[in-house]
Amino acid sequence: MFAHEFMRNAYLAGSFVALACGLVGYFVVLRSQVFAGDALSHVAFTGALAAAAAGIDIKLGLFVATIAVAMGMGLLGDRARPDDVVIGSVFAWVLGLGALFLSIFTNGSSGENGTAAVRVLFGSILGLSVADARLAAVIAVLAALALLAIARPLLFGSLDPDVARSLGLPLRAVGIGFLVLLAVVAAEATQAVGALLLLGLLAAPGGAARLLTDNPWRGLALSAALALTSMWGGLALSYEVASLPPSFAVIAIATAFFALAALRAWLRSPPLTGPDGGPGRSVFRIETCCATKAGTDQRV
Amino acid sequence: MPIELAGLSWNPVSDLEQLTEFSFMVQALEAGTIVAVMAGAIGWFMVLRRQTFAGHTLSVVAFPGAAGATLVGLPIAFGYFGACGIAALALSQVSRPGRESPSSESAAIGAVQAFGLGLGFLFVTLYSGQLSDLESLLFGTFLGITATQVQTLLWVALAALALLAVIGRPLLFASVDGAVARAAGVPTGALALGFLLLLGLAVAATAEMTGALLVFALLVTPAATAQQITARPGPGLALSVVLALAVTWLGLAIAYFSPYPVGFWVTSLSFGLYVAVRLLLGAFVRRGPEPFGAVA
Repeated sequence: MFAHEFMRNAYLAGSFVALACGLVGYFVVLRSQVFAGDALSHVAFTGALAAAAAGIDIKLGLFVATIAVAMGMGLLGDRARPDDVVIGSVFAWVLGLGALFLSIFTNGSSGENGTAAVRVLFGSILGLSVADARLAAVIAVLAALALLAIARPLLFGSLDPDVARSLGLPLRAVGIGFLVLLAVVAAEATQAVGALLLLGLLAAPGGAARLLTDNPWRGLALSAALALTSMWGGLALSYEVASLPPSFAVIAIATAFFALAALRAWLRSPPLTGPDGGPGRSVFRIETCCATKAGTDQRV
Repeated sequence: MPIELAGLSWNPVSDLEQLTEFSFMVQALEAGTIVAVMAGAIGWFMVLRRQTFAGHTLSVVAFPGAAGATLVGLPIAFGYFGACGIAALALSQVSRPGRESPSSESAAIGAVQAFGLGLGFLFVTLYSGQLSDLESLLFGTFLGITATQVQTLLWVALAALALLAVIGRPLLFASVDGAVARAAGVPTGALALGFLLLLGLAVAATAEMTGALLVFALLVTPAATAQQITARPGPGLALSVVLALAVTWLGLAIAYFSPYPVGFWVTSLSFGLYVAVRLLLGAFVRRGPEPFGAVA
């Protein structure tokens, strides 16, 4: 498998992108910002296609669009918390814009451009050049280091924002910094698994780690390890089974990890009756106690 | 950006004649009308019940459904309705409407959504890559709608609206004040399930028109705009339907005369309307005690 250069490049870029996704994804789940990740993945798609339609480098469009939107969300987030209806309306429009750029782009010339659109939507990790892979790895490592640098205040601020604020931690700056990091990682991951699937690489390992351990540092490491395993397994699987697209294989393994973690949590939780008479034996029961703190400060 | 309007004249009558000249355009307008009425009505309840995320999940699931149906050679409509129906049943087991979802529940939904999209991509790849198919599944098509599809849509919409008319009153009660409704003996659980199935039906029908990714443009935005303007159920529902209709007709007409896709026009028109209404209402509310109804 490693005799092929494209597989070596895929593993080089994929490993570090998965590592960064796992680390950031854990905080995304902890801070209940899965919706923000969803928003950024839509924006990544539109940004990349806008760049393609304008004839500039797709990477530039990806990074500019996601970082700009992340800054906007971070700045608006403290004052006004937009509800899901607003988010939904904005999403629909952003995707509509994406459809516009897609049609401009594919009408310009045909054939080659159609595949470029699919690459943006569903990733192209097997098509990376050595230079691309090295750049992706460097950016992912920098993002991971930056995240670890702000991990302590970020964790404090996510779990108990009131106490953290009263201790004088710059929560707003940390929150915006985190969103920008999320944007960088999202733009990176778009190249690996595509704009539509990167949410899975963010949410599934983080969600699984949250279900498996309550210790945040162990959870962070576990989330990164699960993302890395998904990436390695997915790449190997798609190499063995030629008809399997790599992005699907990666997401499928990550989803399987999450499903197993949820099953384990469900089996371990004692059956009880919910407050509304519904089935109380819920996967999410053990979450609610820890999530209420983070949930009250949800900034999306 | 210059927009080329091919064949558009200053005479509105000849423009309308031109619009209805081709049968594909007539069918697209018919299908759009049916879908807009259904999406406007059901979307109003969805926004009221704060189930936008459920609608999003259902619309994402429509994509693998359609792609899977294409792969095994079934009609695409079958895939849309089958996948959305199953997803609606599954969601009714998991989701508790009106409550803040805990972090790992949203992680679960995120993972499932990405997995669904990945599955759709797998199906399309296995179908040996008709790229135009992929684009139309995701972003919709209005040239490809056939007369039989319009007929199917009509029956589905009639059934859905009839069902909505039957459960409308108790559903409204349960959506606005669930606890009191339950105390009064309204079967809120059954209603929630019924509504999710209706929502699945509406999403599947809308997805055929707008594509899996743009369903929101017709389902959420007109309803959200209507609820900005009036809180009363009757006028609100009517307004939501009218807005959805206007956006669909205008979007189709503009798309006919311009080189850009219908999905872009429909989403932009409905989003523009939403933003305009919000800004206008903001100005009105700040100025004085005029009631919301006066603006409509």
